[in-house]
Amino acid sequence: MITFLTYSVIILAIVSMVYLARIADLTRDLKGGNEADVPQSENKQSALGFIIFMVGLFASYIWLIQEYMPMTLPQAASEHGAKIDGLMNINLIVVNIVFVVINILLFVFAFKYESSKREKADFYPHNNTLELIWTIIPSIFLAVIITWGLYVWSGIHQIKVDSTLWIAGLGLLITGAAIIGLLKNLVAEIRVTVGGSLMLFGAFFCSYFFIAKNSINTEVSEEPLVIELYARQFDWTARYAGADQKLGAAHVRYIDGANTVGINTEDKAGLDDQIVRNEFHIPKGKPVRFVIRSQDVIHSAYMPHFRAQVNAVPGMPTSMSFTPTITTQEMRADEKTRKKYEKINKIREKRGEEPIEFNYVLLCNKICGATHYNMKMDIVVDTPEDYQKWLSEQKTLTEVLGPSEEAQQEENIAQL
Amino acid sequence: MGAHTHHHQESFITKYVFSQDHKMISKQFLVTGLVMALVGMLMSTLFRLQLGWQGESFKILNFFLGDKWAPDGVLDPNMYLALVTMHGTIMVFFVLTGGLSGTFANLLIPLQIGARDMASGFMNMLSYWFFLVASIIMIASVFVQGGPASAGWTIYPPLSALPQAIPGSGLGMTLWLISMTIFIASSLLGGLNYIVTVVNLRTIGMKMTRLPLTIWALLVTAILGVLSFPVLFAAALLLVFDRSFGTSFYLSDIFINGAALDVSGGSPVLFQHLFWFLGHPEVYIVILPALGISSEIIATNSRKPIFGYRAMILSILAIGFLSFIVWAHHMFVTGMNPFLGSVFTFTTLLIAIPSAVKAFNYLTTIYKGKLNFTPAMLFAIGLVSTFVSGGITGIILADAALDINLHDTYFVVAHFHIVMGMSAVFAMFAGIYHWFPKMYGKLMNRKLGYVHFWLTIVGAFGVFLPQHFLGLAGAPRRYYENTAFPMFDDFVELNEIVSIFAIIGAIGQFVFMFNFLYSIFRGQRSSQNPWKSNTLEWTTPVEHVHGNWPGALPTVHRWAYDYSKPGADEDFIPQTVPLAPGEQDEGNH
Ligand code: HEM
Ligand SMILES: [Cu+2]
Ligand SMILES: [Cu+2]
Repeated sequence: MITFLTYSVIILAIVSMVYLARIADLTRDLKGGNEADVPQSENKQSALGFIIFMVGLFASYIWLIQEYMPMTLPQAASEHGAKIDGLMNINLIVVNIVFVVINILLFVFAFKYESSKREKADFYPHNNTLELIWTIIPSIFLAVIITWGLYVWSGIHQIKVDSTLWIAGLGLLITGAAIIGLLKNLVAEIRVTVGGSLMLFGAFFCSYFFIAKNSINTEVSEEPLVIELYARQFDWTARYAGADQKLGAAHVRYIDGANTVGINTEDKAGLDDQIVRNEFHIPKGKPVRFVIRSQDVIHSAYMPHFRAQVNAVPGMPTSMSFTPTITTQEMRADEKTRKKYEKINKIREKRGEEPIEFNYVLLCNKICGATHYNMKMDIVVDTPEDYQKWLSEQKTLTEVLGPSEEAQQEENIAQL
Repeated sequence: MGAHTHHHQESFITKYVFSQDHKMISKQFLVTGLVMALVGMLMSTLFRLQLGWQGESFKILNFFLGDKWAPDGVLDPNMYLALVTMHGTIMVFFVLTGGLSGTFANLLIPLQIGARDMASGFMNMLSYWFFLVASIIMIASVFVQGGPASAGWTIYPPLSALPQAIPGSGLGMTLWLISMTIFIASSLLGGLNYIVTVVNLRTIGMKMTRLPLTIWALLVTAILGVLSFPVLFAAALLLVFDRSFGTSFYLSDIFINGAALDVSGGSPVLFQHLFWFLGHPEVYIVILPALGISSEIIATNSRKPIFGYRAMILSILAIGFLSFIVWAHHMFVTGMNPFLGSVFTFTTLLIAIPSAVKAFNYLTTIYKGKLNFTPAMLFAIGLVSTFVSGGITGIILADAALDINLHDTYFVVAHFHIVMGMSAVFAMFAGIYHWFPKMYGKLMNRKLGYVHFWLTIVGAFGVFLPQHFLGLAGAPRRYYENTAFPMFDDFVELNEIVSIFAIIGAIGQFVFMFNFLYSIFRGQRSSQNPWKSNTLEWTTPVEHVHGNWPGALPTVHRWAYDYSKPGADEDFIPQTVPLAPGEQDEGNH
């Protein structure tokens, strides 16, 4: 029956298209005239169509914002994340203004200057002042966005720059100016383009020097807690440094049985390392440095709530740092989070599934194979006390592997 | 008798199959590109079914993919990745590079510059046949054991290098690499030809500053292609070595399937640099012809000169140049030196300036025009909307600090589909409606064109606008389903809505297909210059003749945009009309 219906609908659709096409052709035959000219009535319809479309577009956009903006990520749970959010908000505001204004102009012009309403089009080929204005206004806005963006970016990475940068920038500025001013026998266009680009880059390097310098955190902050995140198809493992605060050396060639992340057991620093799965904890208010490794393909360690992400690249350990600022419990009480999880649990209830609570997560965000979409670890942000308690319960490598043969023998000898 | 048939057959073959006539080759590119578009769209509809109704069973999935890849009508996760990869590859390379540039560069370059054909008809023919072979191999790869390439259209190693990592990296990936190599050859043959033709074969009076913007755009596109595709070729070649000959350019310290591999010293990040050195210019290879086409169509149908012709050329050149120094904005979170990230943020945001100039110039062209809404014009206006609406989110993604949290999420999917996918598709349709009379001597049906346009634009925004919100919620792309992450449960409904709009959009394309075929056979015959346009292609006869102009080549006296010029009788003055005494050539001052 369904099949029959499907086929009937398809046939009906084709027949109606044939008729629509036929009728359009016939009416044109009757009217005569240039067959390519769009009749006034159709032009009017299309013009109106643009207005209706515009209204529909904005209405759905507003609906989307109302329904789904509350479902997006809650406030950042890390120090630098708050800065990213600030930058994001200003960007979103500007971008939305441009989106609305340009689309309104476009569709209203389309409506207003439709053929039937006009005698003749204006002949208006160019206007240098106008063009200069709309080159300069976006440029100013971009200069602000670039400066602000780079300030946040170099703050996150604590990019160190030295004076060679501004010296190089100055060099470029002078060279560019010299090309424009001195090489008089070059065509003006080339002189200005080449010289101008050099000056642009010169200005960039000079100002970047100050941006980066200012974003450096000079307060002596405490030593970060180092945690290794280890990726493989298709799960994550976290490794803590243990009592000695040092991660033991590791390499994929040491992978063996329970030693899944390939710690070199000859390296004493590795024996007290603690390996955890499914869920790892970090303390609120303490800087954490993640070292990220992969054993097979590229993965990506993505922790959206902390505005943190870096790829896990086989053969090239990467790293990122942040300071968590909101514990899991606190985030569960957050207004936005509560609303979101209320909605989620309503949906889950309808599907007959267990309700869930908010959790920070680590996702894999780089295509890595069949079950890429399952690769996750929960993250718990604890108070420092709870964190210590949790950590002390985690097994060390020695406990996991059991005593090595040599150690066993030594013990046997001692007992004799 | 026998000799006669033989002779006749040969002429059929040289005319329709192994043709060296640019107009025929253009039609061949178009039809092949449309078939590929249909395949790419079908794939996206199939995996949208899975994304909209996760884990549910669909007979149609089983119908297309069989018991192996869709047992009980539920899509297999490996096949999901395979379809996404094929969809991306086909859309970017085969539809919007081969199909778009191939069709319109071939059709328009000789006709709009006043040349009898391309510089080398033979190379041009080869370019098409390489393209066809590449397309066939790419499609064939879908049917091999293990499935087609599944590592994403960006084929990052080690995933693409190791068959142990994903089944698609076996024979499927090999075929992908072979197909792309042939494709690269095709696009180099085509590109060199386009450049040489534009530079050398312009007719008398056709100064560079009188070229229609379509030609400027196609020329810069060809230059970008010639400079960047060889780099992709090099990247692919090294990947072939890694896959088949035991080298480790991209591989290092790998343990997979219970065994450590004997590889060290390679860098997966190196591949990404090489890939995006092509990959970023590639997105401009897609969008520049689209902007050229829409400039032409908007000017003609507004009955107004394109505003700021010189500025438009400069911005095409600026975009072309900048597109080569922004590639690492795709790599902010690969762990590369963060100082590089700063430089690439700067260069990337610079591109926003010429892009903004273009958008404003389109608006001013429409302003106080006398707009004629042919289906081509509808799509061109749609393009301005998608280009702006998608372009602005690029400003956000260009900011390295913001990209940390948006990289590889649905925000990116929304961004590039709107700014490049939809804009270029709109331009392709606009171009087809506009130049169909030149290709087939017929007009496409207008009413069906309207239906097609409204379904397409509603589908486009309906699919991609909501995806921004998914991205802002942190939902990663290339996820088969979200069951492991209840934090996305509140988006199930939205995913359904998106899929429904995808189906609406897809239905719209069948209206187009029907119109296309119907018009070829039953369409109204076109007059010589149906849109009252200034450019040279409309001075050629409706029936195609070899060499384009039956008599002498036309001579050009003015730029292409003298619409509604004060003092003229008609609202257009073809480029072949000499300047009146005291009249100035607007493009040249
Ligand atoms: C018919 C309308 C289309 C729909 C419904 C659609 C939908 C999608 C979806 C859902 C994805 C997967 C996102 C993910 O999981 O990462 C995707 C990927 C992609 N699409 Fe489309 N798309 C359409 C048209 C296009 C067009 C016209 C282009 C041309 C630029 C395009 C280029 C791509 C690319 C490059 C990818 C990424 C593939 C990858 O992840 O490797 N799509 N598309
Ligand atoms: Cu993954
Ligand atoms: Cu790019």
